[in-house]
Amino acid sequence: MYFFERSFDRCSDLGFPSVRKWKEQHPGGQVIAYFPVYAPVELIHAAGMLPVGLSGAGDRLDIQHADARFGSFICSIVKTTLEMGLTGHLEPFDGFLFSTICDSARNLCFVMKRNFPSMYVDFLHLPHNPSSPAATQFLAEEYRRVLGELERLGNCKVNDDALACSIALYNRNRALIRELYELRRRSPELVPTSELYQLIRCGNFLPVEEHTTELEQALTHFPSRNAKKRDSIRIVVEGSFCEQPPLPLIRLIEEAGCYIVDDDFVIGQNWFDSDIPTDGDPLLALACSYLDRSVYSSVRHDFRKPRWEGLVEKVRRSKADAVLFLIAKFCEPAYFDYVPYKQELEGAGIPHLPLEFEEKSFTFDRLRTEIETFVESLIFD
Amino acid sequence: MSDKKEYRGSIHQQQKNLMLAWYDQLDRAANTGDPPTVSMMISGNCVELLEGFGAVPIYPEVNALQLAIRHQSLDPILAAEDLGYAADNCAYVKADIGCILKGITPTGGKLPTPTLILCNFVGCNTYLKWFEHTAKLQKAPLYVIDVPFMRADTPSRSDVEYVVKQLQETVKKLEQLTGRKFDHDRFRQAVECSSRSEELWSQIKHLARRSPSPFDAYFDAITLMGPLYVYRARPEGVEFFEAALAELQAKSDAGKGVYEQEHFRLVMEGPPPYPYFRTFRDMFAKWQACAVASTYSTVGGLWEFGFRHDPDKPFESVAMHMIAQNVTNRNFLQRYEQIRRYVEDWNADGVIIHFVKSCRLFSAGQGDMRDYFTKQLGVPTLYIESDLEDPRYFAEAQTKNRIDAFFEALEHAKATAPVRA
Repeated sequence: MYFFERSFDRCSDLGFPSVRKWKEQHPGGQVIAYFPVYAPVELIHAAGMLPVGLSGAGDRLDIQHADARFGSFICSIVKTTLEMGLTGHLEPFDGFLFSTICDSARNLCFVMKRNFPSMYVDFLHLPHNPSSPAATQFLAEEYRRVLGELERLGNCKVNDDALACSIALYNRNRALIRELYELRRRSPELVPTSELYQLIRCGNFLPVEEHTTELEQALTHFPSRNAKKRDSIRIVVEGSFCEQPPLPLIRLIEEAGCYIVDDDFVIGQNWFDSDIPTDGDPLLALACSYLDRSVYSSVRHDFRKPRWEGLVEKVRRSKADAVLFLIAKFCEPAYFDYVPYKQELEGAGIPHLPLEFEEKSFTFDRLRTEIETFVESLIFD
Repeated sequence: MSDKKEYRGSIHQQQKNLMLAWYDQLDRAANTGDPPTVSMMISGNCVELLEGFGAVPIYPEVNALQLAIRHQSLDPILAAEDLGYAADNCAYVKADIGCILKGITPTGGKLPTPTLILCNFVGCNTYLKWFEHTAKLQKAPLYVIDVPFMRADTPSRSDVEYVVKQLQETVKKLEQLTGRKFDHDRFRQAVECSSRSEELWSQIKHLARRSPSPFDAYFDAITLMGPLYVYRARPEGVEFFEAALAELQAKSDAGKGVYEQEHFRLVMEGPPPYPYFRTFRDMFAKWQACAVASTYSTVGGLWEFGFRHDPDKPFESVAMHMIAQNVTNRNFLQRYEQIRRYVEDWNADGVIIHFVKSCRLFSAGQGDMRDYFTKQLGVPTLYIESDLEDPRYFAEAQTKNRIDAFFEALEHAKATAPVRA
């Protein structure tokens, strides 16, 4: 078992051992969970707190209470997040941050607020009009507001130096992830996605310093392994930016004859295409970067450059043969974006396959058949 | 039990005339390019701004609901699904996209390609996708007004400034697109008209606090909502609401209600199932149950608690309306509070929560809302599920059974209340 698989196992445990361990090591320290997709973790880190990306409970929790609160036609991650709260699993967390990703998650934020009044629950408005010159100032103010809440919670004062230091730490972390993605694009046989996914998802839970060390180790480990090239097609996976597919499903895609050469799994970990500046006003730097350095995503709307162009560029850059849409059931942003993505891919002559999953799925026979048929149709075309 | 009784005063015909005149304007715009048109969403719309250009709004939601109420929504929905939209996408969007693809309009007249597609993003993320897609499909220019969500009780100065700046950017954009100079005086007059229409509308809503209520604040309110969104910033709108208030006031003064006897008073949460509008209404009429307040009628604006547009601060008050004074941009707990006020101040017997599959903004978490009203406040609450646009999701027998069972229980509780006391 590789080191990152051990970390992933630890991070998948709903007893949150890594979070508890951090709390033991930091008496009085506070832990702030954030709901996917992106969160300005630097603010939390600079306040001396541990940011934790909580992407649902996967298949580790039966939904017994949350179904009645959220009804039919609502995605699993919203329900398992609430279920974790209603069953006492969120006890180690002191706060929960949500943002403007979709209507279900937004309402969840306020349902959480009502049901867990002792927890700090906040909603971050990330702008959807980056073309407005006013958006930067607004977002910097919004970050200042959230930082003020964190300072109140932690009874601390965060200065610009601490923020710049946190930005630098996360810059390093994200740069390593970009490097790993580049290595996988170049030599996918060296970096199986089922492994890379675990490595990166650990970063949702581990302190950034610890995770950065694991990324550095991985960058030494992957290129040195002796891996044979398989006869696989190269694909980009799109649509799993929020609720995460079960790990066996990612393995299955690879076993069915695909090299995943790019993806949007836990994309918040890999949100910027370049480093956030560490000089000047840090809140302004974070705000400008969200508006101008973010990767495209179904939960971010930037009408200066449509997302579908971003997808085609990603396919070209990674020299992929096809796109596999892996969409969480009832995920409305992904359902909507599928249409323009599909039109753009068809226009560019890029084949695609749409598939649906739930974080709690455990049988994949039908999906396996669909993927194998798709792969064969491309190989023998 | 009694026969259904629906309000059919002269305002009903006036409303029809106004809405037809609006569609005529859109038809003229499609044929001649004049007047300029701006596609917008109902929620927190800034129709006042359009008056400064003599531009006319297009509301895709109104078109979609008109189709559904006339049982014509399934065909365009299926056309959109053929394009790749999922069964679980908002059916309003699918109906609108299907109409664009197939050239269907609610009146049979033409609809113009908008001069500007103006996405007033007020809480509903679907709006962003919807307008982005229609802009792509119609090759029309798109501008988004990003309205900060109500994450606190009141908007911050930064929130208001951000929206005001975007409204001013919209003005510049419209000046370029229409070739017309923005008329500040006309804008101020529009804001003044809106404040008068809003005052009248608020008075109408407060009439429903009387017992019996002279109108149904859910089913009848929908009749009044069309003019509210299209005409509130114009003198015709003010005249319409003056007439409506006078008529309903007279009815109320004469002691007349929606039914011969108002048996139950309800607060309705969520949009109605438009494809089965009549059938759904009849399910309540059978029990002489009158809606005295509804959250759906505050989608475009929340005026019964005192907010008015302010001609002395036209941009700021338009921004305040978009941020804080419409149900969709207010947070879920503020909606609980709104309903709680209705139950208390409008003296309601219970709350009906209608979960609509299409609209997660309205519906996601409504089970928690039910939990709050039944367990925390002890208010009788019924939770039912269907859709606002897609006729495939209305289970008539099941819905009727649940509604009947709810009223039987309420009736039983009323009958035994003195005994228990």
